[in-house]
Amino acid sequence: MAHLIQAGSSCRLAYSGAARSMSTAWWRHVEPAAKDPILGVTEAFLADPSPAKVNVGVGAYRDDNGKPVVLACVREAERRIAGNSNMEYLPMGGSVNMVQETLKLAYGEDSDLIKDKRIAAVQALSGTGACRLFADFQKRFSPDSQIYIPVPTWSNHHNIWRDAHVPQRTFHYYHPESKGLDFAGLMDDVKNAPNGSFFLLHACAHNPTGVDPTEEQWKEISYQFKVKGHFALFDMAYQGFASGDPERDAKSIRIFLEDGHLIGCAQSYAKNMGLYGQRVGCLSVVCEDEKQAVAVKSQLQQLARPMYSNPPVHGALIVSTILSDPDLKKLWLKEVKGMADRIIGMRTALQQNLEKLGSPLSWEHITKQIGMFCYSGMTPEQVDRLTNEFHIYMTRNGRISMAGVTTGNVGYLANAIHEVTKSG
Amino acid sequence: MASSLLSFASASPLALLDPLKVNPRIGASTFLGKNFIKAKPFTRTSMSVAVEVSKFNELTMAPPDPILGVSEAFRADTHEMKLNLGVGAYRTEDLQPYVLDVVKKAENLMLERGENKEYLPIEGLAAFNKATAELLFGAESVVLQQQRVATVQGLSGTGSLRLAAVLIERYFPGAKVLISAPTWGNHKNIFNDAGVPWSEYRYYDPKTVGLDFDGMISDIKAAPAGSFVLLHGCAHNPTGIDPTPEQWEVIADVIQEKNHIPFFDVAYQGFASGSLDEDASSVRLFADRGMELLVAQSYSKNLGLYSERIGAINVVCSSSEVAQRVKSQLKRIARPMYSNPPIHGARIVANVVGSPDLFNEWKEEMAVMAGRIKSVRKKLYDSITEKEKTSKDWSFILKQIGMFSFTGLNKAQSENMTSKWHVYMTKDGRISLAGLSAAKCDYLADAIIDSYHYVS
Repeated sequence: MAHLIQAGSSCRLAYSGAARSMSTAWWRHVEPAAKDPILGVTEAFLADPSPAKVNVGVGAYRDDNGKPVVLACVREAERRIAGNSNMEYLPMGGSVNMVQETLKLAYGEDSDLIKDKRIAAVQALSGTGACRLFADFQKRFSPDSQIYIPVPTWSNHHNIWRDAHVPQRTFHYYHPESKGLDFAGLMDDVKNAPNGSFFLLHACAHNPTGVDPTEEQWKEISYQFKVKGHFALFDMAYQGFASGDPERDAKSIRIFLEDGHLIGCAQSYAKNMGLYGQRVGCLSVVCEDEKQAVAVKSQLQQLARPMYSNPPVHGALIVSTILSDPDLKKLWLKEVKGMADRIIGMRTALQQNLEKLGSPLSWEHITKQIGMFCYSGMTPEQVDRLTNEFHIYMTRNGRISMAGVTTGNVGYLANAIHEVTKSG
Repeated sequence: MASSLLSFASASPLALLDPLKVNPRIGASTFLGKNFIKAKPFTRTSMSVAVEVSKFNELTMAPPDPILGVSEAFRADTHEMKLNLGVGAYRTEDLQPYVLDVVKKAENLMLERGENKEYLPIEGLAAFNKATAELLFGAESVVLQQQRVATVQGLSGTGSLRLAAVLIERYFPGAKVLISAPTWGNHKNIFNDAGVPWSEYRYYDPKTVGLDFDGMISDIKAAPAGSFVLLHGCAHNPTGIDPTPEQWEVIADVIQEKNHIPFFDVAYQGFASGSLDEDASSVRLFADRGMELLVAQSYSKNLGLYSERIGAINVVCSSSEVAQRVKSQLKRIARPMYSNPPIHGARIVANVVGSPDLFNEWKEEMAVMAGRIKSVRKKLYDSITEKEKTSKDWSFILKQIGMFSFTGLNKAQSENMTSKWHVYMTKDGRISLAGLSAAKCDYLADAIIDSYHYVS
């Protein structure tokens, strides 16, 4: 019988039924999938028995003891909702309350767009789910379009648009020499893309580089987008987490809105509220008027229904409990700032440690970059050495999750980085 | 409209879009037609550009979901006798939603423990995956002992079905899924959106309001070898009509003969008969034969965890090595859909199943829920039979099982139920007995008799 090593054409051979043995061979042709480059790091870390091991892989916040954190505002919200809410299906579009509060965060408390009901918005399965809903929506309603994705980007962005069958293009973003923004390259790509192209932009705290455009640069990008009639989809996974101030972190979006862009926005509460495993987020699409927003929302729901029917309630309840209670919201803002401040502190410490060790390289980018991640500039080979020799786990693109750095391990980390990079 | 704007834009982009040039005509209703009629100039500066034309201008309103749309319509109705027999969510005799005691206890335990909210692995909570597979196949099952099952936590039944559908599309391109006529409305959407072709096998016989077994077998036989056959493990939705154990054997025979792949949707384990094991007997029959099969599970109904979206997809493979590979590919499908599944519902299930006390309590609560539905079926049957003046046989109400009953009412009759009697149900004649109280059986009987006999 045909050995079904490859999916596709050899599948058809067996599928004809001719050579297939009874009831036992359906899945033999399924190859093992490659490990996810990010989540695979944590798996490897967990499997490592070394007491010195350090996990600066996945972007999940840790306190200064390296422990996961559940925010106090979240614990309080959970206390309030435990046991007393029924678990009836949410509407397909999710929790209306949660979505409304979430829109205020992105678009502004007094946003006219919200008042005029011009935003089609649905609760989504965190940032991934929001991006995926948009990708599927884009495929269905702009079937000839492509998505322009920055280089580099969060690796799962590529998977999302690929599985949605939307062709991908890239645009220049990271400038390896300066470890900053390749602004000229970015603007060239924006200008050269066909009019009306779809672009994926990281609203703040770019993942994996931590490199964000300045306000002036955002304004120029927005203007050029106007000229070209491009569509901007903002992926905002770190609002509040970047600078410590959610309003400030939404600046890029506000600039685009001021310029009249009809944007899309994917939001996540995984990091800024520490709700990682709850999968809470939101996808919004700004429309020309309320009627269009209603139509777009209905179509987003239509995409969600055969994917998961309706989104999970627990995380959404936590979010709306916190954001609609002024005291809890204040507490949240304080805690978010605390997390951002700790990370900024660790950036400073890491850079200082490396400089003290007499590294021949410049490490300024550590403090210039913002958010959870530092794009160290290390090569995959150097990263492999960090893992194999020092039990330090990170993604092979050299991305360090600063959230995993503590006063306890920053010295060890600096030392190890120095060891693998000192020869240049 | 959008294309005309685009061509204009490329003709003279700067004239239109340069914010430094004030164009007094922007914002006027006639300029470029309707797209600017409702445009509001942005408040910041008078020189800011008029609102863009949306790229999604052409899209139309999606139709309301036939099932979830019913609840929305019900909520809007102000009539005092209104009855919601639409969506399959369990209600107490007081027609209140019901949070199981074991769930409240589990949640309090979780709160006390102060567990963190870290990402689950892509495949979900390990303790949940283990518990759910054991519940389904039986802890002693050979398929589990041989580690031949790939189990991945999914977003309730829908999400689990979708993962499987994508797996089918990817590894069996062109293979068809056979679904029962009728079936749960969302099955088609799931396979459509996953790009998997499907066709129907006969199932419901309107003449008997029962199973068209010969038609079912015939259609399964006629399908191309290697098709996937979607079967409801128990409590068929929407008809409530299940094959008998003997009929299941014949179905398994035919599937094996034709080299088809059984694909079970198990959304009501425990809810149908009141017994978890009994309701899993169809799945276990197939697994015991050494067949490879797929099973999607949901805890929406049996643990009342509707909105937590907790379920699983299980793929029984010929070897544990194959199961590993299949599991890895299921993860690869999940990652670009939602990265990793929600934690809360998984923890509740793991806690309930993992504690002998809670597990026993759960079984008791499930027996109560299933029991209430059985008794309400009886009451409805009695009421209808009392009022029935002809020789029409309504005994199918008692023969059907689970949350739903196919009344045999057609579309017009179902619409009459709603418009005249304020009884909300789906247009295929399906009523959810979970939404019926003993107190309202009489009223419902009146409505059914009226609709059946006086509307065509």
